[in-house]
Amino acid sequence: MTTQAPLAIEATGLVKSFGETRAVDGVDLAVRSGTVYGVLGPNGAGKTTTIRMLATLLRPDAGSARVLGHDIVRDAENVRELVSLTGQLASVDEDLSGHENLVLLGLLLGLRRAAAKERAGELLAAFGLTDAAGKLVKHYSGGMRRRLDIAASIVVTPQLMFLDEPTTGLDPRSRNQVWDIIRTLVAEGTTILLCTQYLEEADQLADRIAVIDRGTVIAEGTPAELKASVGSGALHVRLLDPEQRGEAAQILERELGSAHLEPDPSALSAPCSDADRAAEAVSTLGRAGVRIGGFSLGQPSLDEVFLALTGHTAEDQNDDEQAGDLQEERAA
Amino acid sequence: MSTQTTIDPQAIASAAAAQEAAALRKALASAPRPPRPSALQTALAFGWRGMLKVKHVPEQLLDVTITPVMFVVMFTYLFGGAIAGSPGAYLDYILPGILVMSILFTTVYSGVALNTDLTKGVIDRFRSLPIWRPAPLVGALLGDSVRYLIGGTVIVVVGLALGFRPDAGPTGVLAAMALVIVFAFGLSWVFTTIGLILRSPSAVMNAGFMGIFPLTFLSNVFVDPETLPAGLREFVDVNPISILTTASRGLMHGNPDGTDILIVLATAAALTAIFAPLTTRLYRRA
Repeated sequence: MTTQAPLAIEATGLVKSFGETRAVDGVDLAVRSGTVYGVLGPNGAGKTTTIRMLATLLRPDAGSARVLGHDIVRDAENVRELVSLTGQLASVDEDLSGHENLVLLGLLLGLRRAAAKERAGELLAAFGLTDAAGKLVKHYSGGMRRRLDIAASIVVTPQLMFLDEPTTGLDPRSRNQVWDIIRTLVAEGTTILLCTQYLEEADQLADRIAVIDRGTVIAEGTPAELKASVGSGALHVRLLDPEQRGEAAQILERELGSAHLEPDPSALSAPCSDADRAAEAVSTLGRAGVRIGGFSLGQPSLDEVFLALTGHTAEDQNDDEQAGDLQEERAA
Repeated sequence: MSTQTTIDPQAIASAAAAQEAAALRKALASAPRPPRPSALQTALAFGWRGMLKVKHVPEQLLDVTITPVMFVVMFTYLFGGAIAGSPGAYLDYILPGILVMSILFTTVYSGVALNTDLTKGVIDRFRSLPIWRPAPLVGALLGDSVRYLIGGTVIVVVGLALGFRPDAGPTGVLAAMALVIVFAFGLSWVFTTIGLILRSPSAVMNAGFMGIFPLTFLSNVFVDPETLPAGLREFVDVNPISILTTASRGLMHGNPDGTDILIVLATAAALTAIFAPLTTRLYRRA
């Protein structure tokens, strides 16, 4: 690792407890500059607490970290100069308009009023929010709010951005927009630490991923490495009739040793790296009268990786998040 | 969710999206870091935010203004004759007290606003900025002072319309308002502390009014303590709101009591000395 780009984040043994709960229990991270680093885990795994420590909002109980070369405790002020944070709750002021939010941030970062206004207009245009500039943020849709939130984070271009679950609760279209924004940010040289509970998101955006569960990093590597560590590959089958999935699963178990039911009720997969055996299994399915919509042979999905690493799926602990969302709605 | 169906985002991005990406690249490139703002600049920016809130969320100001206005009108005509002999005489007695009440009610919203920032997550953004740390709190005070001025002015104007005639004229009224606002600054730190401890804005509001409402009524705002039973009367006499009310009455009617004014200023200073550091500490750890 010594010859590569300098590390933007270097964390060793970070620990943070709240009362009896050890929210973060010895997290090590090494994030290279100019990359997207995914921190993947279910709700309550310690992602947000880790981000809040790195962004100097929380003091670690133990361990240390350097962000862009500055210690997050002793040199917090310098860290804050170089990073920006987009929190899990959209960190914008709902009672102000989009334009006012960005002007406020501009003023706080040292722009003169005229320059802050100009910058706000420029950012609103870049994020497709010009039409909503004068509207109060409480009337924004979830996607618009997220985009404004990210815009607020780059009023002055940061070297490092913390993005905490930037697409939680968004519809697919808004999610894709946010992904495009993240890709552009990285292409322009910003380092991003992305916390997410969506395996697909980490897979799509991250150069490296740390899988975190119950406050510790349980696996680390490139998406491909993580998948490889779990198994060589998998046969994915999509059925025309979800009713036939039980039967199909039995056949695949017999042919390939085991079968995994996907969240999609018409999809299932089985571990397999050999094309001939996969073809054989598919034709057995066909002969048994299972109607197949499509199949493919590939690496296991991150869903499977997570299951293999933690023994539970990423969706298991979602109750907290739903409670949190409700609270947020009530407050609104 | 199989991973072999990789969709190239560039391929499906519409022309509009590509344009936005170009605009975004430009926006990212054209942002030289400005010099770091001074503490005053950041506090003023937060003060501006506070004023925008008065504009965008006028309900908050209305809430705390309408109740005192109703009290002025109702109490003057309902009880004026019975308590003071005539509505006019009673108005001269209660108006300074209602001014105190209306401005002190507004202080509760300092805590509510701070708690809203906390629960909505916007505090995280402010705390992650390289700015003078107490700036959001000090700036909020500046915004609050605008509320106090508006609320106080409404009460005085309503009073004048109903026949309130302060002997000390405009100077006395302004002096009284200034004194009440200084006290309000001190008291608002109590509510910002509560705002950082309780879990929701409505909890802060309930707790705040549960405290300030009885304290306001168990004072000399509405009645002369002479008529009160022993025990209650002693309490009313030492209630800081009574002392503040007496002091504002004195200023408005041209017979100010220096001791009362000093006690008010000292109480405000003491509240600030205790609760401002407490608020700042809680805010840092929020």
